[in-house]
Amino acid sequence: MNVTVRVWRQEDAGSAGRFETHQLDDISADMSFLEMLDVLNERLIEAGREPVAFDSDCREGICGTCGLMINGQAHGPAEATATCQLHMRKFSEGDTITIEPWRAAAFPIMRDLIVDRSPLDAVIEAGGFISADTGGAPDANLIPVPKTVSDAAMDAAACIGCGACVAACPNSAGQLFTSAKLAHLNLVPQGQAQRWERTIDMVETMEAFFGSCTNYGECEKACPKGISIDFIAYMNRDFVKAKMKNRKLIGQKFP
Amino acid sequence: MSIQLESGAPGGPIQDSWDTYRFDTALVNPNNKRRFELLVVGTGLAGAAAAASLAQLGYQVKAFTFHDSPRRAHSIAAQGGINAAKNYKNDGDSVYRLFYDTVKGGDFRARERNVYRLAQVSVNIIDQCVAQGVPFAREYGGLLDNRSFGGAQVSRTFYARGQTGQQLLLGAYSALMEQVAKGTVTLFPKAEMLDVVTKDGRACGIITRNLQTGSIESHSGHAVLLCTGGYSNVFYLSTNAMNCNVTAAWRAHRKGAAFANPCFTQIHPTCIPASDEFQSKLTLMSESLRNDGRIWVPRDPDDKRPARQVPEPERDYFLERRYPAFGNLVPRDIASRAAKREVDSGHGVGQLGNGVYLDFSEAIGRLGEAVVRERYGNLFEMYERITDESPYQTPMRIYPAPHYAMGGLWVDYSLMTTVPGLYALGEANFSDHGANRLGASALMQGLADGYFVIPYTVGSYLSTLLGQAAVPTTDPVFAEARASVTSEVDRWLSTKGTHSVDHYHRELGKIMWENCGMARNRVGLEKAITELPQLREDFRNNVRVLGQNESVNQSLEKVARVDDFFELGELMCRDALHREESCGGHFREEHQTDEGEAKRDDEHFAYVGAWEWSGHGEPQVLHQEPLEFDYVKLTQRSYK
Ligand SMILES: Cc1cc2nc3c(=O)[nH]c(=O)nc-3n(C[C@H](O)[C@H](O)[C@H](O)COP(=O)(O)OP(=O)(O)OC[C@H]3O[C@@H](n4cnc5c(N)ncnc54)[C@H](O)[C@@H]3O)c2cc1C
Repeated sequence: MNVTVRVWRQEDAGSAGRFETHQLDDISADMSFLEMLDVLNERLIEAGREPVAFDSDCREGICGTCGLMINGQAHGPAEATATCQLHMRKFSEGDTITIEPWRAAAFPIMRDLIVDRSPLDAVIEAGGFISADTGGAPDANLIPVPKTVSDAAMDAAACIGCGACVAACPNSAGQLFTSAKLAHLNLVPQGQAQRWERTIDMVETMEAFFGSCTNYGECEKACPKGISIDFIAYMNRDFVKAKMKNRKLIGQKFP
Repeated sequence: MSIQLESGAPGGPIQDSWDTYRFDTALVNPNNKRRFELLVVGTGLAGAAAAASLAQLGYQVKAFTFHDSPRRAHSIAAQGGINAAKNYKNDGDSVYRLFYDTVKGGDFRARERNVYRLAQVSVNIIDQCVAQGVPFAREYGGLLDNRSFGGAQVSRTFYARGQTGQQLLLGAYSALMEQVAKGTVTLFPKAEMLDVVTKDGRACGIITRNLQTGSIESHSGHAVLLCTGGYSNVFYLSTNAMNCNVTAAWRAHRKGAAFANPCFTQIHPTCIPASDEFQSKLTLMSESLRNDGRIWVPRDPDDKRPARQVPEPERDYFLERRYPAFGNLVPRDIASRAAKREVDSGHGVGQLGNGVYLDFSEAIGRLGEAVVRERYGNLFEMYERITDESPYQTPMRIYPAPHYAMGGLWVDYSLMTTVPGLYALGEANFSDHGANRLGASALMQGLADGYFVIPYTVGSYLSTLLGQAAVPTTDPVFAEARASVTSEVDRWLSTKGTHSVDHYHRELGKIMWENCGMARNRVGLEKAITELPQLREDFRNNVRVLGQNESVNQSLEKVARVDDFFELGELMCRDALHREESCGGHFREEHQTDEGEAKRDDEHFAYVGAWEWSGHGEPQVLHQEPLEFDYVKLTQRSYK
């Protein structure tokens, strides 16, 4: 098939960017979207022009490294599919495809289609863990976890941290990512000891980097893992509870 | 320099080795731990687990990854599960059985005492991960579920849907990030290690290149831990992530670390066959699918009917036929070669005739579609996304692909390489899987090394350095190493050739796959050994790397990795050529039984082959560590 791509080029965070248009002939419909970009890059290099920088690694939709705005949609037109698993058969002969990086104030563009997503790590650093130093753990079957709980935690934990939710949100909010990470840990029995502290720390760190959630729901639609927006409601509930509980806990510390 | 390959494993009963080691090792007291700086390169399962655990103990840790976040390491892609001898299923599992299965599965080319320790700590890993909140699959009563994997007759594999590696890595990553928050670990993302620095024969630091800014930096430490993963991408097409490479291990090799059993690579039987020449990687379909899927080809090579229309009697379930005891669950090397045999004899299916069927219709009939969906739903979806075919309706097509490197840096019982102070953990070392790794054992080994082995063993080296500061980065050894990295970068940017890096990587991959892949022979290996240096010469003179060092430059990142792959590829071929036997993933066509099974030669080859660097363009020197089998009986592996 033959397609035209309009792709974003930008030298570095400080420079202005622009679109560049390329005609790509003889693309196989069985190719993945990123393989199409590989071909574009091969042809650019052959012509003595610098290839388009874009991130990808596992190309199996699990590492969360790739992520492109394709015709204005995060990860493109296929539902619950990361960019690397999108195939050219989803496009038609003669299409013009616009390719941009994630756009969000929290994710500065480093070059072409690559952005810096380190604020996502900052949210985890703030409290996205269960403190369990190596060596002290009791037998794994000591605490039974109801299957429904464990399944719900897994639904949340499936988040790959690609940042599509932020890119898709008109407010560039980080709620879907944060709530998925938080719900995974807050749901399971092992996560209870730090639940309220974790909630406050993660939410406040999130707010320092990202915009506010006003319930557009675009994040859920863009998520390559189909993470449910219900987790945001769960996080909000826990946040309110945490504010109360933490006050009580302080009260207990100084009776 | 002459290399000594002493394992250093304590003698006595194997059951007591690890306890003996831990008791005999000098401890570093908590106040002194703070004074030691450790450099951990790689933040996959092995690296993240090690960095977090060492920081918890009080060491000062710096962790490096070329990824933008530690949680992107290739470990994230592991699907199927992780083994542990918990015997929760009451089906006869034990530490001894896991040990035995692993040594046998590795075709008797692993060190017994290391493997025994691995089986021992396997149970602690599951406890540790559950405590971190890893959402392993559970049964209705709330206890942990297990499944079975190839090469075992017990159910000892723990899993989290089809995303076990992801969940384990997120667990290790969260432990790491907690230490980052505490200031005990300093994290360096987007930092690629390009050299190991040594002084007086000991590792004392590393040189990194910042992939964002191009700045070339020195870091010093009392010990360096390489947790940098495997090298299957030497084949270009593999199931590994695009950026996996051998550079860290290879640069260590060039600084004196022996490279062991490089020809022991694993070809995974269940991957989606390639569809065209632009294919950038191959996608693995988890081995767990073989629990319920049945593998077959049409009996008649000319049978071109759609799978569903081929009647039962006209199908050849070749694994069940040839290996009735293990059936579809034979180990990977055996399943892979059996599939290759069918395809080579013209029985292959699919448009290109390059696959065999993996069929779930019987399982769907037996268990119902809902149960099959629950077990494998996400894998089926992934398959459909790639091929546009639904495994609920039509069998999957699968074919073997390069997947895992059993070979790697030689390490002793303490995971130290032949360079004092330089350690290798996880897939980067050669240690526990012999000539073939059993499914679900890599995650186990990476986490064992990181959580439960290195925190003890590193102390025995550090305790000899008490009171000594790390070599400062102002020392001339650092300036020298930095200068050599800088001149290498300049070299690539000034080559101004005509072909892309990928072009050469693809050509390299073809040579390796044809001659050093699933089956090898003298003629092919000798041919590869002459072709590789020629291609490398061409590559070094004609590769085109555009752009500059001072910003993101992905061609520049790749070019050095491919250069190292060339040298590794040649060593793999030499290793495969010298090993005149077939064992595990190393199948020499000259050495097979009448039934086409691998024929080992224990008399001459029951050793680890570790190669010592002798300079660019000079063939490496082989050293041998003899393997002794006091517990596991050497037999021809039989899965019939
Ligand atoms: C598709 C797939 C599925 C798998 N499924 C299973 C399974 O079900 N069960 C199982 O047991 N095993 C499985 N494996 C194998 C297993 O995932 C790997 O062997 C294991 O995760 C390797 O872990 P690691 O920590 O050694 O390395 P990796 O996870 O590969 O991590 C390497 C780290 O090193 C860093 N690094 C590398 N080089 C440098 C450098 N020069 N400078 C700086 N940083 C560097 C990387 O950034 C990364 O952080 C699977 C493998 C694949 C490919």
